[in-house]
Amino acid sequence: MLKDITLGQYFPGNSILHRLDPRTKLIGVIVYIVALFLCKQLLSYCLVALFLAWMIHVSGVGVKAIVRGLRPVLIIMIFTGILNLLYTGGTPIVQWGFLTITVEGVWKAIYMVARIMMLIMGTFLLTYTTSPILLTDAIESLFGPLKKIHVPIHELAMIMSIALRFIPTLIEETDKLMSAQKARGADFESGNLIEKAKSLVPLLVPLFVSAFRRAEELAVAMESRCYHGGEGRTRLRQLKYNRQDFVALLVLALLIAVIVVLRSLHFVV
Amino acid sequence: MAKNLIEFQDVSFAYEEGATVLEHYNLEIAAGSFVAILGHNGCGKSTAAKLMNGILVPTQGKVLVDGIDTADEDTLLEVRRRVGMVFQNPDNQIVSNVVEEDVAFALENLGVPPEEIRRRVDEALAMVGMTEYTTHAPHLLSGGQKQRIAIAGVIAMQPACIVLDEPTAMLDPVGRREVLSTLTQLNRELGITVVLITHHMDEAAQAQRLVVMQDGVIRKDAPPREVFQDVEGMAEMGLTVPETIQLLDGLRKAGIDVPLEGLSVEECADELYELMKK
Repeated sequence: MLKDITLGQYFPGNSILHRLDPRTKLIGVIVYIVALFLCKQLLSYCLVALFLAWMIHVSGVGVKAIVRGLRPVLIIMIFTGILNLLYTGGTPIVQWGFLTITVEGVWKAIYMVARIMMLIMGTFLLTYTTSPILLTDAIESLFGPLKKIHVPIHELAMIMSIALRFIPTLIEETDKLMSAQKARGADFESGNLIEKAKSLVPLLVPLFVSAFRRAEELAVAMESRCYHGGEGRTRLRQLKYNRQDFVALLVLALLIAVIVVLRSLHFVV
Repeated sequence: MAKNLIEFQDVSFAYEEGATVLEHYNLEIAAGSFVAILGHNGCGKSTAAKLMNGILVPTQGKVLVDGIDTADEDTLLEVRRRVGMVFQNPDNQIVSNVVEEDVAFALENLGVPPEEIRRRVDEALAMVGMTEYTTHAPHLLSGGQKQRIAIAGVIAMQPACIVLDEPTAMLDPVGRREVLSTLTQLNRELGITVVLITHHMDEAAQAQRLVVMQDGVIRKDAPPREVFQDVEGMAEMGLTVPETIQLLDGLRKAGIDVPLEGLSVEECADELYELMKK
């Protein structure tokens, strides 16, 4: 079950998406999300979905890995779908006791679920094709001007990259702890929600203790390797915009422009 | 005599008042040597290691690295650049999700120009035999491979010395062999000083010099061959000697006259062969 969590995992590769400047990808994802939220009609959603499918294809990451990332948010998607289905007013098509399903409700449910799905898949595509260090480089570079007003950008970027680095390690550890507790008769599956949550306590306590120990050791290891903050640091890989980045940004600008135009047109489909 | 790279001058250290770990500790480590420090948990060997690159500073006395005092904040980076450190748990010392970026971490901190970083990272990875894993994710590697990445991250700094604090404690026998052979190679081919903290006798036996510690005091300091001659003395400290020496010692106790010198399996076999011929 824990193996399903793929958040923040990086799949090394050499596709054009991998080779794009991380800043381009970061801006790209933001533009993509804005475009997604500006969608109003089926046509716009289809356009964004088509764009996403194209990107997934180009990335070479594999549809399976992307879809697997959706599993943890499945419940949220189902909830959103059902709530939108039942609580949207309009022309009723089915009436069953106090439950009413309207035409508008059906459309809204589909749109909302599609929106969440595409949102998650798009952001996953970013972390799948960008190594965390490059990603933090991008954040540091894009938000660099904020350093002037004493926002600790380098530190924040470092914290983020280390958090991402430790996700697989901590997942592995949780798996081990679960096996150890199960071997001693712990039960994580049965019972209602509260009982389930309670059964997680003997899992979370050792996990936290070990996370703190790891943090301490990592800090010592980083200091040993001459880490002394962001001052005077250089990078193995320099960030450089290439022609492909301008092309990518152009494509994105086009996408959002089309979505905005479609939004201003008043047709239903 | 070769010059001393690391010098402990009458060092005392306590984590908190009253709980002294090291007292009037003196140790010199010659440049280019391969020194093993052996002892039980809590004997102060890890503390001694952390004093060597200024992670800890002595409560009394001085630790000099290449003549630089580790207690001086201004030259701390110089000390750390000279003395690299590898720790026990490979997962807790890898900073990045990509092997090459992790190896580059120290160089990035030191402000080395990018082209130079590229060159040194490639060299370091080649040195530990991990070139084919350059763009891999470290969490998918074996323990031995992770430790070799950690070693590469240190040698990329081109240090004079590597201090390893029980680097093989969490590894399987294959991983231990990988790490050990990497270390002997670095020592021989690049002349890097190696300080190996361990509690494995067979690892200690591969060093040129063996320092045995107990309760914060150095009990023995000699080549491994000599240290292991004193089977009883080691047993008193609760330390066993390598199996080869145990075998020869058993024979001696049974009244058979063999020298206690066959430390490696081959040497031991040769001695036994000579004995049979007589």
